[in-house]
Amino acid sequence: MNIVVLVKQVPDSGSERKLDPADNTVARATADNVINEMDEYAIEEALLVREREGGEVTILTVGPDTATDAIRKALSMGADKAVHVVDDAIHGSCAVQTSAVIAAALQQMEYDLVLCGAEATDAQLSVMPALLAERLGLPQLSGARKLTVEGGMARIERQTDGGYWAVEAPMPAIVSTWDTINEPRYPSFKGIMAAKKKPVETKSLADLGLDASTVGLGSATSKVLDFAGRPPKGEGIKVTDEGDGAEKFVEFLAAQKIV
Amino acid sequence: MAEVLVLAELNAAGGGVRKTTLEALTAARALGEPSAVVLGAPGTAAAVRDQLAEYGAAIVYVAESADVEDYLVAPKAEVLAQLVSEKSPAAVVIPSSPEGKEIAARLAVKTGSGFLTDVTEIAADGTATQVAFAGQTIVHSQVTVGTPIYTLRGNSVAPEPAPAAGAEQPVPVSISDQAKQVRVVERVVEQKSSRPELTEASIVVSGGRGVASAENFTIIEGLADSLGAAVGASRAAVDSGFYPHSFQVGQTGKTVSPQLYVAVGISGAIQHRAGMQTSKTIVAINKDPEAPIFELADFGVIGDLNTVVPTATEQIKARK
Ligand SMILES: Cc1cc2nc3c(=O)[nH]c(=O)nc-3n(C[C@H](O)[C@H](O)[C@H](O)COP(=O)(O)OP(=O)(O)OC[C@H]3O[C@@H](n4cnc5c(N)ncnc54)[C@H](O)[C@@H]3O)c2cc1C
Ligand SMILES: Nc1ncnc2c1ncn2[C@@H]1O[C@H](COP(=O)(O)O)[C@@H](O)[C@H]1O
Repeated sequence: MNIVVLVKQVPDSGSERKLDPADNTVARATADNVINEMDEYAIEEALLVREREGGEVTILTVGPDTATDAIRKALSMGADKAVHVVDDAIHGSCAVQTSAVIAAALQQMEYDLVLCGAEATDAQLSVMPALLAERLGLPQLSGARKLTVEGGMARIERQTDGGYWAVEAPMPAIVSTWDTINEPRYPSFKGIMAAKKKPVETKSLADLGLDASTVGLGSATSKVLDFAGRPPKGEGIKVTDEGDGAEKFVEFLAAQKIV
Repeated sequence: MAEVLVLAELNAAGGGVRKTTLEALTAARALGEPSAVVLGAPGTAAAVRDQLAEYGAAIVYVAESADVEDYLVAPKAEVLAQLVSEKSPAAVVIPSSPEGKEIAARLAVKTGSGFLTDVTEIAADGTATQVAFAGQTIVHSQVTVGTPIYTLRGNSVAPEPAPAAGAEQPVPVSISDQAKQVRVVERVVEQKSSRPELTEASIVVSGGRGVASAENFTIIEGLADSLGAAVGASRAAVDSGFYPHSFQVGQTGKTVSPQLYVAVGISGAIQHRAGMQTSKTIVAINKDPEAPIFELADFGVIGDLNTVVPTATEQIKARK
């Protein structure tokens, strides 16, 4: 079973994240970049399927040079190899354009399953599996909290409010995973050493047969006009409970006409 | 006036339209005259037409077919794409659920358009407001290609009635085999709750690691019930097994924007804030005066939740 896992590098959600006032795109060069946390669950799931079914796990990343750190992390967890699409023209692409780049890269690969995270923590779109499924005519099995593969079929539990939907489709299929699906492993020292020797193939837009004018800020399907920091909240009221904390809280609610 | 297609999001069988649909109809009026699109099994539209008309739908397109329910997402995008090509609407507005965002994405590819997700406001010129980076950055954006497609975040626009004709127009549905690859085998409800739905609730009471145990979450539920609120939880509370994952608020959980958010025993990590920062009023109860949640709070109680919360619950009940 050959599996491609889509991995994105994102600015760490725990550190300060900004847009770049020069062109209103995510300031990636100055950010504290990490592997998208959700993608670690997709990698783990791919490794678990490989342990059962055999085959190879290939990482696919579209992103700037610095994204090699995220790729190495994925390889150190145990993936076999990686494809890194890098091209300066991709800077500022919208999700629709990025999906065209990923789709073109996938068309040059062989796979039974494509796994990806349920969302990238930078823009929190949760749309990549739908975009790719639409472009490639693949079944979309998104939002999985459980995945099983058997007899050419992939079946997931799609997480919903208060439960799940059991959905299934023939493979090849694209599956996105939530953080409820497994517990990602930490890279071992051996894994980290081995990752340094694993093959990472770099591809440009030309290698994918894509015209640079179809991607990037200039032809993006949507654009950020302007942005601003959220206005700071006025200083709130803070009371220390000396037996009357509950009462003051309820009085506050009453003043707000909530009770 | 220009036509704006609004995809109706419905409650499970017979439960009417979701509040998010009324919000979407209201927001769409900034751009033109809304028409609602009802996609579902045969018999779905009749039960919701009146409500859609009341909130401004001049036309209710009725696309009823079992295929729409039996297969995931793709059939809905296909019907909408057909409508977009026939009606050339000024825009499409879809409630921002996971499915709504996926429909928007597919529709964008099918119609060669751009789309914006989780918008909180749509202006007459099509400019949308979005909240980025855990609520810290407010962004104005625009679709620059094709028919603008928006998904509207729940609880960001107050639904306002604006009675319109709501004329039913049947839409012939024929779903391609391509869109019938992913079969929905079963829909399973694990937690039935009598409380309001987390993303729709006007009050949310959330508990964190400070609640200390699953049993102790009854304190949170007690306060929630006294206020008619939904219950939420931080990731630490979920990871510790205190409360189910579907109630997690934050970056990797639900985004809520209620009138009142009460954070109990929650420190206020940035990933938690991401899911609640835009709440109108925020109350924090925490024993650590340095907890970052207090930076956001309109009202904070420094104290032990085990005494403050039950006492407050009793007092709220006594006021009724
Ligand atoms: C990529 C990523 C995504 C994440 N997504 C989310 C998310 O979606 N949602 C989320 O919530 N977190 C998320 N997190 C985790 C987040 O960083 C925090 O770890 C988490 O929010 C902490 O939860 P907490 O506030 O309940 O726990 P803690 O930080 O441990 O805080 C517990 C608080 O309870 C107080 N307390 C303890 N006992 C009492 C008492 N008796 N009375 C009153 N107060 C008391 C303490 O003073 C403390 O402030 C994410 C993290 C990452 C890296
Ligand atoms: N530039 C990218 N390169 C590789 N994978 C990506 C990229 N963007 C998104 N993905 C994948 O798609 C998932 C969902 O992303 P999104 O739809 O942007 O929230 C992520 O978790 C990744 O697995």
